[in-house]
This record gives sequence, C-alpha cells and structure tokens, in this order.
Amino acid sequence: MIKSARPAPSSRGDGIFKGIIIFIALCIVAIFGLSMYELYTSGKDAFSTFGFFGFIGSSIWDPVAQRFGAWTFIAGTALTSVLALVIAVPLALASAIFVTEYAPRWLSEPVSYLVELLAAIPSVIYGLWAIFVLVPIVRNLQLSVLLNPNLREIDLIQVTAPSGLGLLTAVLILAVMVIPYTASVARDVIRLVPQEQREAAYALGATKWEVIRTAILPYARAGIMGGVILSLGRALGETIAVTMVIGNTTQVPKSIFDSTATMASVIANQFGEASGLQLSSLIGLGFLLFLLSVVVNFTARIIIARLTPEGIKV
Amino acid sequence: MTTHALAQNKVGDGKRRSRTISNAIAAGFIALGTLIVLLPLFAVFYYLIAQGLSSIDLNFFTKLPVPVGEEGGGLANAIVGTIILVALASILGVTVGVGGGIFLAEYSENKLVPYIRLVADVLSGIPAIVMGLVSYGLVVMTTGKFSAISGGIALGFLMVPIIVRTTEEVLKLVPLATREAGLALGLPRWRVIMSIVLPTALGGIVTGVMLSVARVAGEAAPLLFTAFGNQFWNVFNLDQPISALPLVIYNYASSPYEEWHRLASAAALVLVVMVFLTTLIARIATRRR
Repeated sequence: MIKSARPAPSSRGDGIFKGIIIFIALCIVAIFGLSMYELYTSGKDAFSTFGFFGFIGSSIWDPVAQRFGAWTFIAGTALTSVLALVIAVPLALASAIFVTEYAPRWLSEPVSYLVELLAAIPSVIYGLWAIFVLVPIVRNLQLSVLLNPNLREIDLIQVTAPSGLGLLTAVLILAVMVIPYTASVARDVIRLVPQEQREAAYALGATKWEVIRTAILPYARAGIMGGVILSLGRALGETIAVTMVIGNTTQVPKSIFDSTATMASVIANQFGEASGLQLSSLIGLGFLLFLLSVVVNFTARIIIARLTPEGIKV
Repeated sequence: MTTHALAQNKVGDGKRRSRTISNAIAAGFIALGTLIVLLPLFAVFYYLIAQGLSSIDLNFFTKLPVPVGEEGGGLANAIVGTIILVALASILGVTVGVGGGIFLAEYSENKLVPYIRLVADVLSGIPAIVMGLVSYGLVVMTTGKFSAISGGIALGFLMVPIIVRTTEEVLKLVPLATREAGLALGLPRWRVIMSIVLPTALGGIVTGVMLSVARVAGEAAPLLFTAFGNQFWNVFNLDQPISALPLVIYNYASSPYEEWHRLASAAALVLVVMVFLTTLIARIATRRR
C-alpha cells in the first residue's frame, strides 16, 4: 500500500518488524505444507499397501479382511455433491436474480441478509433438523414408492429399506447448505454487469426476462461458474450433516434412496473405532479430500480472480 | 393497410403476447425459487424453537449432563467448553491471521504477497474435518491423548484464512494519506502500521475475528477426534478432552433417546443464537463505520 509514498527513513525497528510479519505470513504457508505432509505421512501405509491407484480404484472396504479402497467414497462424494448442485444452482440463481433485478431496495437487503444467514447455521444443526424433519418426509416418500407397483420397478428409485436415511436425504440437506455460497457469488457478479448492458437490451424492446437471459446471464456466466465450483468445494468436504443422514454404509448407491457414504462422512463415522491400517486408510482418504479441495478451490479462485482486478470476496 | 401488413401485425401480436407470458412465468419462477431458498431457514428456526425452547432453563446453563432417565441436568460444561475451545483457537487464529493480513496489505510490493494470498485462499477451502485430521496427527498422536489444545488448534487453522482476508480488506480501506501523514512526521514504517493504521482499522479487524469465531464455534467435525468431548467439567486441564456444544448436538441427536433429542434441540437453539448474535453484532459494527 505504501508503495507510492516516499520510502520512510529506514530504522532497525522496521527491519525487525518486517521480519516478524514475514515470519507470521510464512506460518500460513507452513500450515498448508504441514497439513499436506502430516496427512501424507499418516496415510502412507494405505498408499504403500494397496498402491496409490489400487487404493483409489478399489471399492472394497473390509476391516475384517484388512482391505481398504476409496472408490465407494469417491463415488459417494461425487454423487452427493453434483446432485446437490443440480438442485442448488437454479434456486441460488433465482434468489440472486431476485435481489439484483426484481426486488425493490427495501426487500432486496433483507432477502440477501437472510440468504447469508443460511450459511451461518452450523452444519450439525442442519444435521439435527434433517434427522427429525427431512428424514420422516423422505421415509414417507419411500413408502409411497414401495406401495406403488409402477414406481417400484424403476431402478433409480428402488427402495430397499424405508428408513429415510440415504443419498437423497443427504443431497437435499447439502443443497440447502451450498445455496448461500452460489447465491452470494452470483449476486456479486450480476451486480458487476454494466448498467449500459441492461439499457441496451431494453432499448431493443426486450422484456425483463429477455434482458436477464440475453444480456445479464451471458455476461455473468464465468463468475457464476466460479461460484458454482466454489460451492462444489464446500459440498465435497461437508461432513457432519451428511454423516447424520446418509446412512453410512460402504456400498456404491444404485438408487437415490440407497444409503452410502462420502469421503468426509466415512472419516467422521469410522475414525473413532479405527486403528492400524484402517486408520491410515481413513487419513489417506483425508489426504485425497485435501488434494481434491485444493484443485477445486484453486480453479474457482482463478476463474473469479480473472473477472475483476480485485476479485470477488467470498 | 394491405392484408399482407395486417397479417404481419397479427403475427407480431401473437409473438408479443407469448413474450409477455414467458416474462411473467420467469418472474414467477424467480420469486418462487427465492421463497424455496428461504424456506429451510424458517423451518430450522421453527423446529428449534418448538422442540428446544421448553428444555432451556437455569439447569441447562448451570448443571452437568446426567445419564438418560435421570431428571434435570444441563449442558453447562459444553457451553463453557465451546467458549474455551474458541478462545484457544483465537490465540492462533488472531496472531497468524492479523499478522498475515498486515503482510498482504502493508507490504504489497513484496514478491511473496500473491503466493501467500493464494495459499490463504486455498486454505479457506480445506474441509474442516481434514483440519481435524491434521491436528489429530500433529497433537493427539504426538501427546497420546485427546485434548482441548488439539481441538483449539484444529479450529485455529480454520480461523486463519478468514481473518487473513478480512484484515487485508480493512487495512486496504485505510487511506494512503493517513500513512503518508505518519511517515511525514518522521515515524518509521512499523510505527505507522502499529500506531496509526491498525488502530484505524481495528473495528473492521474485530468484525473479521467475530465472523470467524461464529464460523468455527459451530464446527463439530474437526472436534470429533481432537477435543473428543466428555461428561464433566474441564476448565483448566487443557491437555484433557473437553466438551463442546456441536459435539453434544451430534451425539444426542443421533442417539435413540427422546430426552436427549430434546436436549440436542435446546443446545442447537442456544448455539444458533450465539452464532447469529455474533454475526449480527459483527455486521452492525461494520455497517456503522
């Protein structure tokens, strides 16, 4: 910041202060490096026993036979996250468009604030609410599928045990949890669309919806994409709420009602009773999750940072 | 008007009508979507108040948990535990976070700045449970036991990136002229930063810290295998397991007992009020400035 000012008379104090500040700043890098190192060394046993790709590629998770593979959980994580985004993105976009284009100022601010409050509710509280409100709803849905001979035959919605716990419940609660992240980025990038862009479209006789569809959304597309990827990052690592409702079985789901597990949820669920190779495999999963979120976040940040010199704060 | 022109006009009318209709439908969907987004917020609140409020009394804040079936009992140790954990986390989070923020904002000519900013950003996307694993490896495996300290470190790691970025933002809002005035008086740069820039930005920095506190106070995942939780008082033994509201909610909500479900809802209500108040105060404080 002081760059443009004339350099201050240098003093020994300046050197010491700068040294301390750089040391502290390097602590941030150290936290990152240490995390990666720690996860790798603790998970190394799993990688060396099964081979890195053997570990990732196998879907066998058998503590009795001491065979551990990550594939089930990678699939579970990908499925829950992507399906949650499929639900969350259109809703988040709707709320972002509402507060930027439709709502009068007196309504726009409170609605933005309420959407942000959604992000402030702790994961465990979403989990609790899901157990007692969402799970019974899904259970009823499962029962009505079971009782309906036409629906019963459809593979994707087959019900094995109508417990209400499973992929769909996890996806629903996850969608609620990532909506505020997508919505806030979308809102910020839509606000960045120049007013002239809107006026030009209106001048051509476009309706409000046509202005949004042809002038605003294409302009904001890259930023929205960045927000979606950022939300994907959140969804991949979301743990507690998902653990509470996904059912925690080590099977790849075949129907949206099947119980399964994600990388994060299996760590939360099994860490307590794990030891030896199983413990190492769980930490290995954590290492994979770490790498995955670094890649996803890095990509999202690059997309968002390219839009504005300052970037958009999330 | 020729018939040709009339026919064209009719086509135009039909088209205009369909455009008006799609415009109205789109507006309807957007309003409906916004309502659906806000629905869970109200539903969660309604549920917590309906289920939890009746279990909140003085005992809840002053007594220890009792076994299922016994009357009375509260979650005093979990409330205190959460405060202790967050305080421990803040020692780490504020030191590294504010220091890092000063570096990014005040030494922006330094070549390291863009890299450290990127690392801080990427760090903010690391899942909380992964930070729990890191603290488990660093502290629990080394010392051989679950502890308040290991939980505090896990939460501290989560606070750092949030505080770094908010500190950087508010420091950048301090006008350049303020710094120049200090330098013109002959103050060394470090005095300008410590005695002029930081006090000017203090309100904003405190806001950032409070937002990060609100965020980590509700985390259960990284505490599962660090702070671990217990049933007793633990205020001074920071090398022992410690209870925390999110852990209690997680355990009680997943239990089969009706009583514990009610207590979990009450704990959730207390936690969410704590978190919202912190967030609200932080936001109001920023808006005033």
